[in-house]
Amino acid sequence: MKKKKRVSYAKYGYLFSLPFVLAFLLCMLYPIICTFIFGFTDLKTNINGEWHFIAGSDGGLWKNYKDLFSNELFRTSFLNTVKIWIVNFIPQILLALLLSAWFTNNSLKIKGKGFFKVVFYMPNIITAATIAYLFRSMFTYSAASMGPVNQFIGLFGADPVNWTNTPPYPQIIVAFIQFWQWYGNTMIVLISGILGISPELYEAASIDGATGTQQFFKITIPNLKTILLYTLVTSMVGGIQMFDIPLSFLNGMPDNTTYTASMFIYKQAFQGMKRYNLASAASMVMFVVIAFFSCILFFVMRDKDAAMIRKINKKAEKEFKRKMKEEGGMSA
Amino acid sequence: MSKNKLLTPESVTGKQKTKPIMVVIYIVCIFLALLSLFPFILMFMNATRASADVQANPIAILPGGSLAENYKNIMSRDFNPYTGFLNSIIVSVFSTILTCYFSTLTAYAIVVYDWKLKHGFYAFILAIMMVPNQVVSIGFFKLVFDIGLNNSLIPLIIPSIQAPMTVFFMHQYMVPSLSMEIIQSARIDGGKEFYIFNRIALPIMKPAIATQAIFAFVASWNNLFMPTVLIQDMGKYTMPMMISLMKGDFYKTNYGAVYLGLSMTVLPLFVVYFALSKYIIAGVSLGSVKG
Repeated sequence: MKKKKRVSYAKYGYLFSLPFVLAFLLCMLYPIICTFIFGFTDLKTNINGEWHFIAGSDGGLWKNYKDLFSNELFRTSFLNTVKIWIVNFIPQILLALLLSAWFTNNSLKIKGKGFFKVVFYMPNIITAATIAYLFRSMFTYSAASMGPVNQFIGLFGADPVNWTNTPPYPQIIVAFIQFWQWYGNTMIVLISGILGISPELYEAASIDGATGTQQFFKITIPNLKTILLYTLVTSMVGGIQMFDIPLSFLNGMPDNTTYTASMFIYKQAFQGMKRYNLASAASMVMFVVIAFFSCILFFVMRDKDAAMIRKINKKAEKEFKRKMKEEGGMSA
Repeated sequence: MSKNKLLTPESVTGKQKTKPIMVVIYIVCIFLALLSLFPFILMFMNATRASADVQANPIAILPGGSLAENYKNIMSRDFNPYTGFLNSIIVSVFSTILTCYFSTLTAYAIVVYDWKLKHGFYAFILAIMMVPNQVVSIGFFKLVFDIGLNNSLIPLIIPSIQAPMTVFFMHQYMVPSLSMEIIQSARIDGGKEFYIFNRIALPIMKPAIATQAIFAFVASWNNLFMPTVLIQDMGKYTMPMMISLMKGDFYKTNYGAVYLGLSMTVLPLFVVYFALSKYIIAGVSLGSVKG
């Protein structure tokens, strides 16, 4: 009878995950398949228009991909995305590591940790479009009015700079905004990682006379490896999709130096010529790049997760057996 | 934080001198705090100052007296924060409800029931966590067009039913906190499965739901990409889209009005953040799942 009961419960597992699966099929899988197919077609101008698979000598079915890789703007936009991401990520992870090392070191009694965390994290939840507009007005350069930044450097006798029109400043400013929005988030993730490291390791190290710096490099960093990788990959995946800030900040100007891959996809598909086919091919390229990096993370994390799940299952099983025994004993 | 107590000479004797490193730490932290706050202080202050004053000197830490005039100016053009606010509220509230409810339900299906495909299903959810919006956008745009829902807020809400990140978080939280005994005893009392989920599991998951609700709300509120793709009608613009209307000559000279417009787009977020910051910070460190 017990067995029969368990079998009848299994159907609820399927039933309760059905909404997720249906929404996934409709809102993700079907659209992705469409995008994939459009990448091999001549669909443009009108999303409801007729379309055909491309055939011919010029690349055949892969013509859109061939066009894409010879497209100057696509290459520039991808390269910009990578550049801006790197310039944002390196200082971000370094600062986050430094701050998290300070904030978790109990021999330094930092006051106001809670306040600092709240303030550092704050830019992360503010609408990126607003932040980009705000920064644009901060860097204003015109004869009639100099923005706050130019006024500020003027205090030190520096000449005003045309920030938004002088490469490489626009790229650096976009990278800075990304950095500024995300270091607080990264810091909090790293702090929770460091707090998860067994305190005994640190106790043993300080009894052996290791300094704070030594402990940081010999204990903290090696034990943070998974979390650091997680941060790296999630930041990279988010960085490749960078859209709101470059679009709202300078819309790709000047000379396409702030034009990113996401903006390329958006503008090809939904503005001007509406080349859905080329944009589809570009988004599939982005998909492959992200899938590649996600796979790395997935395989590294999987072992840990699986081990944890096994551990939990074992514990639950033991508990269950113990309970059964008790129950059996009671009824007997 | 106390979990990481160290046995250092200072902590044993209980006395310590102010180390020079502490000065460095406070200087860095205060500098970063100013860096976080200053742009917003500037924005809020300039929102109350006359455009001419802002033009002459944009750095101000005290408010001016031109709030009413700036308000009149910013409302005189396309930019309409109330329409944006209303549309964003509709999208964010419904998205948040759908995300929280169905993610908890999906996690419940995986944690509570034994079914053949459940391990594969969970691995699959982890795998689709990082699918970018850009890959979905063109196909989804076509789908939305085909069923005639373009310029509607509904396609911005429905996809929230499948939120892999939230399912992952709910799963992590549910495994240790939802005991099978409670469910078993509810079954013995004759509770139907769906009733047990709604009346017993959901209340137990409340803390996790609250955290995820904040993140789902903020993410939906700030989303720019999908609304920009799917919405053309200005009456359906969400708040982040409204910001893009602030271009053209009018906005190039009305500095005060522009700062006021920007302030209005983020004021609700500031209220939410400073009221709930404790939970938000806890949520970030707990989940470690937000990119």
